[in-house]
Amino acid sequence: MRRAGMDQGGTGLAASGENMVGTVRGGARRRWVATLAAALLVFPGIAFADWAWNFQPPASPIADQIEHLHELIFWICVVIFVGVFGTMFYILIKHRKSVGHQAAQFHENTTIEIAWTVVPFLILVFMAWPATKVVLAMHDTSAPDMTIKVTGYQWKWNYDYIDEGFSFYSTLSTSLDQIQNRQPKDPHYLLEVDNPLVVPVGEKVRVLVTAGDVIHSWWVPAFGLKQDAIPGFVRDTWFKADKVGIFRGQCAELCGKEHGFMPVVVEVKSKDDYAKWLAAEKQKLAAATENPDKVWTLDELVAHGKQVFDGNCAACHQPTGTGNAAIGAPALVGDKVVLGPAQHQIDVVLNGQTNGVLQHPPAGGKMPSWAQLSDVDIASAITYTRNSWGNKAEQNVVQPKDVKAERK
Amino acid sequence: MSSITQPIGGHGDAAGGHEHHPSGIMRWITTTNHKDIGTMYLWFSFTMFLVGGVFALTIRSELFEPGMQILRPERFNQLITLHGLIMIFGALMPGAVGFANWMIPMQIGAPDMAFARMNNLSFWLLPPAAIMLLLGLFVPGGAPETGWTLYPPLSIQQGMGMDLTIFAIHIMGASSIMGSINIITTILNLRAPGMTMMKMPLFCWSWLITAYLLIAVMPVLAGAVTMLLTDRHFGTSFFDAAGGGDPVLFQHVFWFFGHPEVYIIILPAFGLISEVIPTFSRKPLFGYASMVYALCAIAILSFLVWAHHMFTVGLPAAGILFYMYATMLIAIPTGVKVFNWLATMWKGSITLEAPMLFALGFLFLFTTGGFTGLILAIQPVDVQFQDTYYVVAHFHYVMVAGTLFAFFAATYYWLPKWTGHMYNETLAKWHFWGSFIFFNVAFFPMHFLGLAGMPRRIPDYAQQFTNWNQVSTVGAFGFGLSQLILLYVVVMCIRGGKPAPAKPWEGATSLEWTLPSPAPYHSFPTPPVVQ
Repeated sequence: MRRAGMDQGGTGLAASGENMVGTVRGGARRRWVATLAAALLVFPGIAFADWAWNFQPPASPIADQIEHLHELIFWICVVIFVGVFGTMFYILIKHRKSVGHQAAQFHENTTIEIAWTVVPFLILVFMAWPATKVVLAMHDTSAPDMTIKVTGYQWKWNYDYIDEGFSFYSTLSTSLDQIQNRQPKDPHYLLEVDNPLVVPVGEKVRVLVTAGDVIHSWWVPAFGLKQDAIPGFVRDTWFKADKVGIFRGQCAELCGKEHGFMPVVVEVKSKDDYAKWLAAEKQKLAAATENPDKVWTLDELVAHGKQVFDGNCAACHQPTGTGNAAIGAPALVGDKVVLGPAQHQIDVVLNGQTNGVLQHPPAGGKMPSWAQLSDVDIASAITYTRNSWGNKAEQNVVQPKDVKAERK
Repeated sequence: MSSITQPIGGHGDAAGGHEHHPSGIMRWITTTNHKDIGTMYLWFSFTMFLVGGVFALTIRSELFEPGMQILRPERFNQLITLHGLIMIFGALMPGAVGFANWMIPMQIGAPDMAFARMNNLSFWLLPPAAIMLLLGLFVPGGAPETGWTLYPPLSIQQGMGMDLTIFAIHIMGASSIMGSINIITTILNLRAPGMTMMKMPLFCWSWLITAYLLIAVMPVLAGAVTMLLTDRHFGTSFFDAAGGGDPVLFQHVFWFFGHPEVYIIILPAFGLISEVIPTFSRKPLFGYASMVYALCAIAILSFLVWAHHMFTVGLPAAGILFYMYATMLIAIPTGVKVFNWLATMWKGSITLEAPMLFALGFLFLFTTGGFTGLILAIQPVDVQFQDTYYVVAHFHYVMVAGTLFAFFAATYYWLPKWTGHMYNETLAKWHFWGSFIFFNVAFFPMHFLGLAGMPRRIPDYAQQFTNWNQVSTVGAFGFGLSQLILLYVVVMCIRGGKPAPAKPWEGATSLEWTLPSPAPYHSFPTPPVVQ
């Protein structure tokens, strides 16, 4: 099966050079695809990635095996299909009353009935054998080079580098203006995040997958990896990226309102680049943990709070703080919790609530618990709501240490 | 339908003269007549088909291009849920029961169903259940946003629409169980002298097996949703890890119901097709006994494969291999049925009236859905396809082009018997070609979308999926509009048309064709003797 020369999740090869990586593979096919890709670069107007119709190019050994397995099974099915329906059309042409065909009256034949039971069985055994090998390979999570814990939340991913001791959230970075058609859409519309997962090429990464609220599913098509994220349970799986590049997937289990808006983006770096990235992340971590009791200024809190709010809260409360009555998300403009004592608002954010009644995890409310966010994030977001859209709360600054004090 | 063709003292009297029943609405509320109840089931099914269809077209309109245009994401999810529940529990299952009510007594030479009053109750439970289901749209929080599978913990988060749905499912389950008991008792006890089990029309066999499946699994679904209800309101934690439960437990219980449910939907369709193909091939059904055994084999296997719906939850390798092999085995009895249908046509004397066209459409497209089913059974491949549009394409090929096409075939096949008039063959053929072509335009591109990685149940999508979605939306509207032809043909056929002879189809052989058309209100008051 030839592929349409599409990149992993982009709208066209012509759109960006970075995505050329990982599009080509395999002997004659490679040349064919390269020719096509060149043609598309010359005539970007006819790039037909909008007609994407086949698997994304595999970027791991498992994805490659899955694709070959699919091709094998697919072509066997095609051959049987042609045989069966070739016969049907032959019958429809030749054994018609209108061509004067008289009906025979036979109604059984033991030999042929045994044959068409046994032969399909043998074909199935022929299919099951390679499938079994791939199943076993996919389950071999032994001897990983590194381990990452992936946690799904409504509606974002957390990536925990448990060997390195730091973690971060990854949320959709496409703006609401694009989703609501007020701005032209990016090439990677809905498949772009603020912080992608970063891994080194060629290393076996064991992935521990779980969830914090409802079931999600972590899916990277180019790695042939899809694992449901189940709250309260940890599943393990693995991948080994064999190409440098950016690979895009999405949450694959319906998880509520924003299910369609929580992409998975993995950036595979060379080992050197990965080491540099890791060092930079650790430095950032050190800077952040240096002084947990640091007192932030109002401007710092509001600036950081806007980012946190737009990434986490705006899905329901809207970027303008006007809320969404249809799902019971109140407007924050003039809201009495936002304008009232800060301690109560911190409780609501930490615990979640339904119809004004505080909830306690894991029952969860309409407004979920946001306890997984850091003290700095929560304090900033709350401060932001208290100083935006015309709100002017009496207690208008909430410091990270206030949030810390409210945590149990 | 018979209400219009058989007014009080109308020509139905000629065949027996004891058509005593109240008139007007009370006739339908109080009726215990299997034909009246069958008619109500079929009209109910068609109504729900239109309601679910409008939801589908709304969904397809939102998906016409990237970006949110006409729906909010939460409303989109609610429509996804209702579309699934209404099509399965409102359109397909009651439709199959409607055909059973009308045809099983007439095919086995019985005067009516065994439990006539319970038959009335099992129908009249359905409209309130459907209303409760739809009411979800108008309560705070709306209908469930979970999809028809209702997975917790998401279903625990929903508003009271979820509770309405749970009770609606309870009521529909009770209705199905009563209907099944009725069908089993009728078939086992009310057959005419000489009508042995292995002489029964295959439609009766398919429903006998379906009824046993229903009795086995509807209580399982009721249990699953009851546990959801107590988790939601009474502090239990069957599906909550924090209280010692497991969200995946729900999936196991749900699919232990859900997979047999798939066969509950398709087996009566197999039965209908097995009536139509021999008639229009003018040749007895090939391999009758092996058809019965294949039905039994499919029914038994259906209890052993549920976890293939859960291939990405993280099952152990041994579990995956078991469910993969068991699922692949289903291809064998299904293949036997397809081969038998082809062998029935082989050396026949075939004509292509509308019922046969739909039967051939069924054969062609259902088998396509069967092949994608086999591809999905291969677990490593399924990892790429799970929860993508490939799965959506697959189950619409087996449920729409499978079951629904079989219903269309059966409707045209028996309309002359029900109404006493021949339907408009030209328009019926238009209905077929409209349905066949637009079905493929709507659903074939979904295979490509799934391959390219578009998840199902998303209200908005990345731009490389745009073009196939647009094709699909155009096809969906074409398919929906084609169904208005069916409505027109059926209404016109009820109101008049060329009088139908007792046996309008040259090759028909079963007992219902020995009755006059339209079938008298009370048929076979004394049982016929079958040679």
